[in-house]
Order: sequence, then structure tokens, then C-alpha cells
Amino acid sequence: MLRYVLRRLVYTFATLAAVSVVAFLVIQLPPGDFLTSFSAKFAEQGGALDSDALTALKLRYGLDQPWYVQYWLWISGILFRGDFGESFEWNKPVSELMWDRFGMTVLLSGITLIVTWIVALPIGIYSAVRRYSWLDYVVTFLGFLGLAVPSFLLALALMYVFSRYFGMSVSGLFSPAYVNAEWSLAKVGDLAMHLWLPVFVLATHGTAALIRVMRANLIDELYKPYVQTARANGLGEMELLFKYPVRVALNPFISTIGWVLPNLVSGAIVTSVVMSLPTAGPLLLSALLAQDMYLAGSFILMLSALTVIGTLISDLLLAWLDPRVRYA
Amino acid sequence: MTDLAAPIAAAVPAGRKLAETGQWALIFRRFRRHRLAYASAFVVLGIYLVALFAEFVAPFSANTYNARYTYGPPQPLQFFGRDAGGELRFMYVNGYKMSFDPVALKRSFVVDQNSVNPVVFFARGEPYHLFGLIPWDRHLIGPADPSQPMYLWGADRLGRDVLSRTIHGARISMSIGLVGVAISLFLGLLLGGMSGYYGGWIDEVVQRSIDFLKSIPTIPLWMGLAAAVPANMDPLLVYLWITIILSLIGWTDLARVVRGRFLSLRTEDFVLAARLDGCSKQRVIWRHMVPSFTSHIVASVTLAIPSMILAETALSFLGIGLKDPVVSWGVLLKDAQSILALTTAPWLLAPGAAVVVAVLALNFLGDGIRDAADPYA
Repeated sequence: MLRYVLRRLVYTFATLAAVSVVAFLVIQLPPGDFLTSFSAKFAEQGGALDSDALTALKLRYGLDQPWYVQYWLWISGILFRGDFGESFEWNKPVSELMWDRFGMTVLLSGITLIVTWIVALPIGIYSAVRRYSWLDYVVTFLGFLGLAVPSFLLALALMYVFSRYFGMSVSGLFSPAYVNAEWSLAKVGDLAMHLWLPVFVLATHGTAALIRVMRANLIDELYKPYVQTARANGLGEMELLFKYPVRVALNPFISTIGWVLPNLVSGAIVTSVVMSLPTAGPLLLSALLAQDMYLAGSFILMLSALTVIGTLISDLLLAWLDPRVRYA
Repeated sequence: MTDLAAPIAAAVPAGRKLAETGQWALIFRRFRRHRLAYASAFVVLGIYLVALFAEFVAPFSANTYNARYTYGPPQPLQFFGRDAGGELRFMYVNGYKMSFDPVALKRSFVVDQNSVNPVVFFARGEPYHLFGLIPWDRHLIGPADPSQPMYLWGADRLGRDVLSRTIHGARISMSIGLVGVAISLFLGLLLGGMSGYYGGWIDEVVQRSIDFLKSIPTIPLWMGLAAAVPANMDPLLVYLWITIILSLIGWTDLARVVRGRFLSLRTEDFVLAARLDGCSKQRVIWRHMVPSFTSHIVASVTLAIPSMILAETALSFLGIGLKDPVVSWGVLLKDAQSILALTTAPWLLAPGAAVVVAVLALNFLGDGIRDAADPYA
């Protein structure tokens, strides 16, 4: 077990390092460097950057040095000082802008993941055990539909229905009164009132996918000889089902966190833009459109790190649950 | 063996032996029994035909506009009614009645039940070049009097026909799936094949790269890459760039399938036999191994197209994929982005229906092919 954990940890660190290089490349991609766009922005607003400030910035980001030096300056700043660079669009350090948004993204993704599981698990089991029943057909159809409808389309349609027929404004995560308020019980309650719709939109895709995975896995297990043996030994159907085949079928279920999470984070970005949620999505989009690259790169780095760490957790969970993985 | 062969034998017509039926014929038989997938195949075919003949099928061109009918609501197609002259018309749409609210400074439209604009098949309309070559001016359906409005799915902000734009958009949206999948397939076959056939460190490198690419959330990565595409680039080049960016992740799934197949086939008796017979490596791969998993590849490819379509739609919707003069479903849906536009003109969501239908049909089709891919299972 220890060896397995160590190996996974090494992989995770390697992946994180590679992710950081990719995020840095994204920062570097737009033509011209950060400084040219920065001074262009400044000139646009009527001010001119004096040469002292320019040299200071140049020194800070190592802009006249080769890319690996720039990369090192950037990543060491993040690792050792928590300094993600400067957002020239907001004239603020990136770290100040990012954490709130990022926290909301983690919260939204986490809740959605839990909801996805709670819904998909029992439905998947039912669908497999009562295969070809009418409910199975309904679920299968809805599953296909859930996979085919882009999340932003679902969000748009729901927003339209709610504002047109119920006169509700469903964008954002807080009522206007609470947006800038301090955290309190009332604010949490307000959040809960707003959260269910984004969670519903986001969970649809993952739930549809997981139901299909669960159903297929369980059907593979249900007709294996060991199930027959257990039945022949007089084990009750319910006890049998949950004691053996469901447990085996759950394995891929947990390993899917690895791919549900990247999908979830991706879906959350588009949906957040549509529903104007205070998560990473809208800020990332505006940063990209304005070529505010340190902000955009930091978001890409942190979102990727989130999924990489999520995958690590799912791998470890799987190893803990299934000895075959540990000793492979 | 007998009970295994029975369902297959039943599908073979009398007079022909099972052993004589080729694998592809068997696959097709199995596929046809999967009704939903079979029907979906026709839907997919239909969508691609519409995309191919877009100029002819669409009543108007994608950019025909008429400021008089800004945000005109859909005029549903009606059958068998009398026009003002009392003449019986087979197919028609009702015209608009316009009213102007002087306080809100807003125009509003009502579909006028009394005015009748006949609609005909093969209507004469705007001239165009079919496939860019054949000059023609007939449209599959259109108003008999070209000066009259016919907005079956409503009009957008500039008074352009949403239906026509959706039909024209099918061309970009559906082809981006094909081109993207072709690129992914090339990379997937190459890298997956190498990974599965040679094993060892090549396998390790390819597998770790796949793990890495899969662990990055796709949308932020795509957004970052797509945002770097210069805004003033030629639309065709942008299209190509976006497709390549989408394929960057797309190949990983295909590579996994190919690798898995190679690994499981490598130890099969017939491959060993071929090798012992002195076949060259190339011949073992292309003559013996590839044909036995082509059907699986076809299934994976079909299932990869819809995710490409969805990805393009999402990117263009956000405004960092394809942009306005280009007409794709994502670009069209961008108009429906604000709740304000939606409450005035909910029909702007109509291209979304096209996305859902296309993706559903492709998913069903891919599922059916996957189930049929192994006719001996």
C-alpha cells in the first residue's frame, strides 16, 4: 500500500509540474509580452508608464530573459510566496482576486459531485437489477438526453422558464442584499436558495454518465458465477446484491471521479458564465478576452491542480477499497 | 457452441451458410436489429445531406437580413386555408401585424391570422451557387412571393431567418466534428498503435501523456489556447485552429481503444500463427490485426464526433471559438446568451434543438455500432 501511495504521489507531482508548464505556456501564447499589453493598457487610459516602473516590472518577471528563467520566477513566486503575479486589468495582485472565486468553484463542484453520486448510485443499481423495465427505459432515455444537452443550453432554458413563468431571477449565487455582506447564517441560507439550480444544471451531465457506467458495470457482475453461488447458499436477494456485485461494480464508480471532476470543472465554467455565478468561470473568460494573462494562467493552473488532486484522491480511495489495485 | 451460434444463424437467410457470411455483413445484420441506432443512422445521414445542400434546403441565405422584421416571432406553417381572395391555399404562413409602443419605444409583432402568404416547394428565391459551382435560384421551400416574410423559426436581432441560419450552421458544426475526429483518429491510431504494439518505454511515455492530458479540465485549456488565436485571422484558419485544439484532447480516447485492442490481439493464436508463417511486421499489423478491430474503431469514432460538436458549440458560445461572420450552431446560440434577449426572443434557442438532435442521433448510432461491432459476442 505504501509503495502504491508513494508511486501515485510521484506521478501527481510530475503531473502538477507539467500542468504548471502548460499554464505558463498559455500565459506566453498571446503575441507580445505582458509588459507591452500592460503599457498599452496604461497609455489607453491616458497615463504613461515611466521607465523606472517599466524596468522594475521587467526585472520582477524577468521579461528580458529566456522563457525558463521567466517560468522559474513565476512558479517560485507562487510556491514560496503565494504571489501569482499582477492582474493589469484590475490593477490588483492575482491572488487577491482569485481565492474567493476559486473557493466558490470548489464548493460548487464538490456539492455537485456529491449530488451526482447520491442520485446516480441508486438509479444505476435499480436500472441494472430491473433491466428492461419501463423505469429503466425512462432512465436510459433521460440519460442519453442529459448527455446530449450542453449544460449552458440547459441553464439558458431553465433561466428562461423561471423568469418567464415564475418571475424569478435565478442568476448569481446571492440575492443583491447579501452579495457584499459578511458571512452569516442568513447568507448561507440565501446561498442554499440560489445554489440548487446551478447544481441541478451541472449534475445532469455527470449523473447521466454515471448511471450508464453503474448500470453497465453491475450488469456485468450480476450474472457471474459467484453471484449464483451466493444465491444457491440461500443469501437473501437484497443482502446478496449489496454485499457482492454492487461492491465490485462500485470500483469503476470511484475511479471515475478522475474524469468526472475535469468535466465538472469545465461544465462549471460555461454554466457560470451563463448564470453569472461568482466562480472562476466568468473571471477566467474576461481575463482571456482582455489578455490579462497572469490572471488567466493562474486560474488554469489552479483549476488543473484541483482536478489532478481530485484524481489522486480517487486513486487512493480506490486502492483502499480494492486490494487488487494496491498489489498490481 | 451451438447455443452461441443459434442467434447468429437465425439472422442468416436460408440458403447461405453462416460460415460464408462475411464479418461486415454480420455486423450490419446485428446493427439493423438495434432499431433506435438504425433509425439514428438515417437522421445523421439526413443532417449531413442538409448540411451538404444547405443553400438549396434553406429558404434564405445565412446573411439575408431585413431590419423591418427584427425579432419577428416564428410564423408556423399552416395548411389548407383561404386567402383574402377566397382562394384555397395548400400551404401558407400568416403575415405580421406590427404595432409600435410609443412609451417603451418598442415594436412588437403579432402573427396576423387574416393575412395569408402562400408557401411553395421549389420556390424561386435568392440566386446561389450549389457547391460553389452550379448557379441556381430554387429553394426547397420558400414564400411564393419573395418579398413577403417567411420566418418559420423566427427572426434574430438583424431580421435574419433563424431556420436558414441553423441550416447553414450545420455545415460548420457537423464538419468540425468530422475533421476533428479525422485528426484525432490519425494521432490515436499512430500513438495508440505504437503504444500497444511495441509496449515498453514507448507505451509508458504515451500512457503518461494521455493521463496528463486527461487530467487537465478541457474547457479552461481550450479557452486558453483559443484565446491566443489572433482575432483578425482568416475565418478558415480559425476553423482549422479550433479543430486542432479540440483534437488535442480527442485523440486520447481513441489511442486508448487502439492500444487496448492491440494488447489483447497480440497474444491471440491467429496473430502468433501469422508471425510463425513469416509475415512481416507490417503485414501482421495491417492484414491480420487491424481488420479485426476496425469495427471498434468505427464505433469509437462515431462516439467522438458528438463531443467535438458540443465542444465547438461551447467555445463559440463563449465567444472565443468561431466568430460572427462564420455561421455555426455555437455562434448562433451566442445571440441567446443574455436573459434579456431570451425573454424578447426565446426562439433564438432553436439552434440548440439542432445540437441536441444531432448529438443524440450520433450517440445512438455510435452505441449501436459498438454493440454490433463484435458479431460473435
